[in-house]
Amino acid sequence: MSRPEGTRSSRRSLQVKFVPDEDVLKHIVDDAGTKVRKDKAQLSVSVKRFVKKLENISDNEAQEILEEKNYVAALGICAQDPLGNGSNISGGEVYSFQTPKRSNKMAELASELAHTPEKNVAPDQSKCPEKMAKNKMFLLMHVFSLLFQNKKKEFVSTTPYRLRKRLAAPDPYLESESEYSASCSEEEDEEEQKKVIIVSSDQKTPAKTKAASTPPPRNSLAKKIKEQKMGSLVEEYFEAHSSSKVLTSDRTLQKLRKRTLNQQTLRDLLKNAPLAYAAEIRDLNKQHESLFSKWMLQLHLGFNIVLYGLGSKRDLLEKFRTSLLQDSVHLVVNGYFPSITVRSILNSITEEVLDHIGTFRSPLDQLEFITKRFKEDSSLELYVLIHNLDSQMLRGERSQQILAQLSSLPSIYLIASIDHINAPLMWDQAKLSLYNWLWYETTTFNPYVEETSFENSLLVQQSGSLALSSLTHVLHSLTLNARGIFRLLAQHQLEKKDNPSYPGLSFQDFYQQCREAFLVNSDLTLRAQLTEFRDHKLIRTKRGADGVEYLLIPVDDSTLTDFLEKEDEDV
Amino acid sequence: GCFVFKPSTKKRRLSEKTAHDFRSTSCDSEDTELRFVTYQSLWNQIKFETEQIQEDLNKQLLDNLVSFLSRSHSDFHEKTTKWTCRMKFREIPTAALVLGVNVTDHDLTFRSLSDVLQDNITPYVALLEAKDCPGIKNLMQKLMGQLMNCDIEVDSMEDEDCVQVSRNGIRCSMPSLISWYESVTKKTDSETPSKKRNSSSRHWQSPPVVVIFKDMESFTTKVLQDFIVISSQHISELPLVLIFGIATSPMIIHRLLPHSVSSLLCIELFQSLSCKEHLSTIIDKLLLTSRFPFKLGEKVLQVLINIFLYHDFSVQNFVKGFQLCIVEHFYSQPLSVLCCHLVDIKKRVYSLSHDQCENIRRLPSFRRYVEKQESGKQIELLTNDSFLKEETQKLLEDLHAYHENYVSVLRCLHVFTSSLPKYPLGKQIRELHCACLENRVWETEEYESSLQLARMLNKTDLLTMLQQCVEILMSSSGKEFDKAVEKLKEFLTQFQNLEEASQEQDVSVSSQKELQKKTDLYHLQKTLLELKESRRSKKLTKFEMLRFEVVDYIDRLVRKYLVPADNRTLHEIVYFNAATVLRGHLNAAPRTALHTALNNPHWYLKNQALKCDGGCISNKAPDICIVYKLHLECGRLINLVDWLEAFSTVVTAAEEPNADAASSDQVDDIIHARFIRAVSELELLGFIKPSKQKTDHVARLTWGGC
Repeated sequence: MSRPEGTRSSRRSLQVKFVPDEDVLKHIVDDAGTKVRKDKAQLSVSVKRFVKKLENISDNEAQEILEEKNYVAALGICAQDPLGNGSNISGGEVYSFQTPKRSNKMAELASELAHTPEKNVAPDQSKCPEKMAKNKMFLLMHVFSLLFQNKKKEFVSTTPYRLRKRLAAPDPYLESESEYSASCSEEEDEEEQKKVIIVSSDQKTPAKTKAASTPPPRNSLAKKIKEQKMGSLVEEYFEAHSSSKVLTSDRTLQKLRKRTLNQQTLRDLLKNAPLAYAAEIRDLNKQHESLFSKWMLQLHLGFNIVLYGLGSKRDLLEKFRTSLLQDSVHLVVNGYFPSITVRSILNSITEEVLDHIGTFRSPLDQLEFITKRFKEDSSLELYVLIHNLDSQMLRGERSQQILAQLSSLPSIYLIASIDHINAPLMWDQAKLSLYNWLWYETTTFNPYVEETSFENSLLVQQSGSLALSSLTHVLHSLTLNARGIFRLLAQHQLEKKDNPSYPGLSFQDFYQQCREAFLVNSDLTLRAQLTEFRDHKLIRTKRGADGVEYLLIPVDDSTLTDFLEKEDEDV
Repeated sequence: GCFVFKPSTKKRRLSEKTAHDFRSTSCDSEDTELRFVTYQSLWNQIKFETEQIQEDLNKQLLDNLVSFLSRSHSDFHEKTTKWTCRMKFREIPTAALVLGVNVTDHDLTFRSLSDVLQDNITPYVALLEAKDCPGIKNLMQKLMGQLMNCDIEVDSMEDEDCVQVSRNGIRCSMPSLISWYESVTKKTDSETPSKKRNSSSRHWQSPPVVVIFKDMESFTTKVLQDFIVISSQHISELPLVLIFGIATSPMIIHRLLPHSVSSLLCIELFQSLSCKEHLSTIIDKLLLTSRFPFKLGEKVLQVLINIFLYHDFSVQNFVKGFQLCIVEHFYSQPLSVLCCHLVDIKKRVYSLSHDQCENIRRLPSFRRYVEKQESGKQIELLTNDSFLKEETQKLLEDLHAYHENYVSVLRCLHVFTSSLPKYPLGKQIRELHCACLENRVWETEEYESSLQLARMLNKTDLLTMLQQCVEILMSSSGKEFDKAVEKLKEFLTQFQNLEEASQEQDVSVSSQKELQKKTDLYHLQKTLLELKESRRSKKLTKFEMLRFEVVDYIDRLVRKYLVPADNRTLHEIVYFNAATVLRGHLNAAPRTALHTALNNPHWYLKNQALKCDGGCISNKAPDICIVYKLHLECGRLINLVDWLEAFSTVVTAAEEPNADAASSDQVDDIIHARFIRAVSELELLGFIKPSKQKTDHVARLTWGGC
């Protein structure tokens, strides 16, 4: 640009400047004025072109980003969906890194949650202070438990209980600190006591301020916050992954002095408890039920249907079955049932649907037979409903393969439900194309009553009743000596129950003990006996680091105690 | 856990009852039958078409394979005695078939392959899959089973004993296979003069045995190696041919097989068509044609293409998605009755009921159309059914014509844009199609830049493009293109003339040069520069003028015909636009649905108590939501006691503790039970699992949402 400018000015004011050859030539040849102007235009055009080229290049780079955006946009267009299938969240929110957690954060959140509605809903003033106090107490309690845990004192776990008793007191929030320190000072020195006070007040304030200052002036701080976030994200990641130590309190359910619930009482209790939001849930289910005829149509057109979303879909499927499938042959599979296998599914098809008597060498043979029969007889139709296709027993690769092949038959209509968050990982492309799924989101918010009612899926209180009955049943079928052997092992294990790193009883020691009790006469007989136990899954063997075989009963201690007590009664 | 329910009275559902399911919304039930029939005929047509396309595309590949197979063992039965031949026969002829990563489409290819082989080469084809063959024994069993079965099919006689042999599977070994083969070939030999003429004329006397490994990568190497080594020992007695289906790259053969084994194979490589080309053909034949009345909207097409490109590369799934679109459209749109071929439109329009007419009046595009009319016509349209029907028919015919023109002009435009540098409007016609559907393409920057680039095309390119455009427009069924064709032809002739003219010009220039022959270096330089200058700054050559005109003309065509479909009246009848529905069914995200339900139950349960802002959650939320929210605050392990306590704090606070201390024990039990239920539900969902690390602890399994 500057060059033509220069030439023009040189013509006017006769300054000495560098002038390129072409311009000189132009000057010499003829009517220079117009030419130069043209040249200038040309040059500027070329410059423009160059810029454009650059733009093109950067465009090209940007294109990829743009395409990515398009993809996200195209896949994320669900936001405007009125019924809403809840997929308008970005993946980053759902899948994120582990962040470090303070062990009392849960309590904080709980207390925060506990008085959130007081802000929104019309507050009941008279009850407020008490509640606040209660929350404070609760917090304090956790501080204590944390501290004590670090100190590894024995009395710790009892203290919260005592504190909790005090919560019922009418004026607990006055001078709570001194009370606690008093309760501690029996065993703690003064220094420790101070620390408790400091920490407790520390813990209290953030919780309060957090609640108070939720909406900060965002705009000014936004950038800073973001930067900090990035920095802290990295730090947090490494903090969370640095130590393998787990910081949780040591309290156990046993010390809670709560009677353990068994299946029956649990069920009764829950029956009494009213279901929250029953009306809304009914509405939600109504919406899903309106899709029944559509499902039927799509099943007939060769698709299979899979339901996902929070809440038990059992009732929904049941309703589908009773309302639409009454006139046709159908098979209901309760996948959550702990002893379900693909074999039993195939058996019920061959035996009851196809009325075939006879056995098969392998599930594959059976599948082949079924395929053949269904292909031969085009009038044969079968609806298969599977509750929890992703259950423990059915999620294996082979079972899924067989089910997929089954579902790909044109006259078998499959409708199934999945619940596990990783359920879609069961299927690879080949299986997916066999299944030919249509996905339906059916969030019902119904409680998973049936699905969780089986022993193995419940981790909490009523553990062991099934295990106990199976233990006694198996042992009753064994010889007296065998029972003695098992008792010996159980007793030994109970003696060592306080040792968390108890590896099990070594085989040699066990043999010695059995010999002394006149239960076996050689290690071969003991081994034979142990094999039998192992076949019934009564014991587990582990090889230690030194190559010694250790024996362990894979049942928790309370069940084992119960078992021994029962045995004593019997004998 | 399995329960079979059989209806007491065996009522068999007939297939026509499927139409019964079609009865969707209660508001209209009259046209459902017709809609269903329309759907079925349309889908059958499309299905047939796709299969045809697949067949055509695979034809080349199959032909190659067939010729390879026929070559491989042509001299088997003649020269077995020759020693050299025998040496050569230690190598098993093998075809490595590279099919690409879209595993789901392979089945179709293999099926057609085995059909072709059975028709042309040999009755003895065995298809093996890795999942059936964990060991060499299973492989042999499977192989013999298939071979003997197909033998039975060919013979189709009462070979009872043969069936039993294969059923019992006495000994599945290579010698038994060979003896079987000998007996079979002998049998056909002896029977040739009799009725088996046609079969023996198709196959030769000793047809090769073809073994197809569908998914070579997933076979265990040992099984493959053993099989190859064993069969190479017997290749002189049994004319074996292997076909490997390969999804990745041919290198995999050498990775799976050591040199000692792969040297026993005589491998020839075959490449199947890439799935992208397959897709383009499908789109070309199914979407960019006016043969099918049903059309996909922009968003829908984008979703389908994205699923293809980013998830599976599977043409089958694309077609499945297309089918779903058709089903959805005919199911949910009552007016889709009118989505039919041009010949039927008149009849169907006139048989519309009053309700359906109201439906038409309710269409947004139709409302827009009405608003543009003068008032007298407006009233007629809104009140007079028969007038409306007439108008509808006209509009639908317009729409049809629009499609015909659209496709041809789109193709013309694609001819221009597909050869531009950097492809501002996309390389594939589908991208261009999406762009045109989305909004007015001529208002986009990409279009602007591609026009500018088109203005710089050289003459030969331009000429070929024009030629192509003329061909496209000539072949299109649209009637309005006569003029366009003429115009383009005119351009072509002008270019031809230009060529001659410019030649003349060249002559004149050279003559000018000759005039200035005697000159010194300085002058020469000067004149040369001058010439260059003049060429650069010349106003515009004739060619350039013409080029501008051509581009402008194309631009005019585009503006006239490539109007986005949303602007057309009654486009709702033939365009399917519910991309969200489609995506929900094909590309669902169960995890996000769970996430939303747990974090924001208000999304599903429309209750005011649940409504709250931002990330927090009301304490009146369902138990599982509270338990979930609390567990987010924990580290790797969660203490159940703490959890329970926190839960009961929240729940009791929410329940307005009117209960006195007396009944607190009772309440506590209920809360306890609710807690247990919620925790076990979380376990079922896979957020936590029991842990042995510490007593009464559970382990967290996810890190999302915190």
